[in-house]
Amino acid sequence: MSSAIAPEPRPAGQWRQAWHRLRRHPAALLALSLLGLVVLLSLVVPLISSFDYATPDWDALYQPPGRSHLLGTDGLGRDLLVRLMWGCRISLIVGVAASLVSVLIGVLWGATAGYAGGVTDSLMMRTVDILYTVPFIPLVIVLTVLFGRSFLLVFVAIGAVSWLDIARIVRAQTLSLKNREFIEAARALGLSNTRMISRHLVPNLLGVVIIYATLTVPTVILFEAFLSFLGLGVHAPLASLGTLVSDGANHLRSHPYLLTIPGLLLTLIICCFGYLGDGLRDALDPRAER
Amino acid sequence: MLKFLGRRLLIALPTLLVIATLAFGLLHATPGGPFDSAKQMPAEIQRSIEAKYHLDEPLWRQYLRYMNDLAHGDLGPSFQYRNTSVNELIRAGLPVDAWVGSLALLIAVLAGGLCGFLAALKRDTRWDYVPMFFAALGIALPVFVVAPLLVLVFAVQLRWLPSGDWRAGEFRYWILPVLALALPYTAYIARMVRGAAIEVLSSPFIRTARAKGLTTRTVILRHALRPVLMPLVSFLGPAFAGVLTGSIIIESVFGLPGIGRYFLIGAINRDYTLVVGITVLYGVLIIVFNLLADLSYALLDPRVRLQP
Repeated sequence: MSSAIAPEPRPAGQWRQAWHRLRRHPAALLALSLLGLVVLLSLVVPLISSFDYATPDWDALYQPPGRSHLLGTDGLGRDLLVRLMWGCRISLIVGVAASLVSVLIGVLWGATAGYAGGVTDSLMMRTVDILYTVPFIPLVIVLTVLFGRSFLLVFVAIGAVSWLDIARIVRAQTLSLKNREFIEAARALGLSNTRMISRHLVPNLLGVVIIYATLTVPTVILFEAFLSFLGLGVHAPLASLGTLVSDGANHLRSHPYLLTIPGLLLTLIICCFGYLGDGLRDALDPRAER
Repeated sequence: MLKFLGRRLLIALPTLLVIATLAFGLLHATPGGPFDSAKQMPAEIQRSIEAKYHLDEPLWRQYLRYMNDLAHGDLGPSFQYRNTSVNELIRAGLPVDAWVGSLALLIAVLAGGLCGFLAALKRDTRWDYVPMFFAALGIALPVFVVAPLLVLVFAVQLRWLPSGDWRAGEFRYWILPVLALALPYTAYIARMVRGAAIEVLSSPFIRTARAKGLTTRTVILRHALRPVLMPLVSFLGPAFAGVLTGSIIIESVFGLPGIGRYFLIGAINRDYTLVVGITVLYGVLIIVFNLLADLSYALLDPRVRLQP
């Protein structure tokens, strides 16, 4: 750290540096652009397509991929491409929204525990330990069976389940930050608590949080797809990637493209988030510089 | 050691209580009982059935009765399968899941461990890139895509193996479920072992061992293997608990008569006792296997002190 001694041009900001490091990661960049493409297509295709995701077309049942229907049609004659793009929208919305919920809970819980320390800390983290052993997948299944298949419930439930990891990570990070020299220096300079948190703690936590948020999105998407596969996800005319895969699995013998296309797209999305997460970890985690 | 076990068990009890209470409360908090079926029953019969299962009692009496039975290891009668207890259902389903799960995990540990170790030894060569690409794919491919795809390829198109219509005892019926279950675990283990092996192989004690002139074989078997296995052990604990309670997806795709299917059908039909019973079983298994993982951790690494 030479910048503290010699007056030199202001070093590039944290985000600029992170972007530079990310740019050296071809896989992550490719993943990012593919994800961007998927988002764009899922927004645009339903708008410009002449087909609708819900209206059956009895003259075009089980059309294989071809000219009028690029990816074919399903058992009710609905265009697979449009349904696929709607499925992407739903899956991505659920994934991102539920991840935001879990990140919010996790960061608040972990940062409070880490910052407070002592009895508060051990009580809060014991709670997390206990919640870790609670079998959530069964509980969420029961919840969705019992309270009806509400869209909101699915992602609140998922979000409420997946905050545990983030809480642990944020707590550990806060603990290690709390005793660093620059925090002590800031305290010695008489910084207020809010300023300390907003200027020094949050920016240092943000990197880790972004990494884990990126890694939470695919698990949530998978979980939603899993629920949908069991018939517990979104309602019938609407589609998520999970319901499409589940439909496809039912027509496996006669019309395999109904399974392979949504399955591949789902895999692609999950894969992209994985590589993006890896890249972000290298770009944002200060220890990764070594 | 004993103190450690004691304290862990002390934490385990309230955890189990929380799990059971949560599951019990959730199932009873919702409208609709197990005997509100579509076909109307005469009121008397309905009443006598509910009396038989103590559903007419106030909730707290039902709760206490259930907890008391639970403490004696009795999970109660199933509501949906008449004259069958939850214990019997679990006893019927558990062996299937145990077999499929153990075989799958065995394959995953052997194949994944080997690939991961090889990738770490030959880092940044094609022995690293190719398996790791497939590992990334294997993690991203969800089980509910893999399982039907395996059926599509090996049962529908190649006609090598049967799909569905499970028949116990015939080896051919085991192959696809075991493979489908093993795939994600294999991928995960391969990546984990690779990461751990890279870290271990670049640590000073390995360099020392090499500098002493030991063969690569000895270095790996005597020095590197043990620390690499450590993260694997803590992963396998919960993983084993998971496969024992059955994979709902695998069981419904291949028609295995395991616990996961009972659970799903039970949840849809509001079979309170069956669902709570399986949930509690899962909780117990998680706790037990985590404990076992921690204990073997201490056995593998003498530096680990058991502190709850």
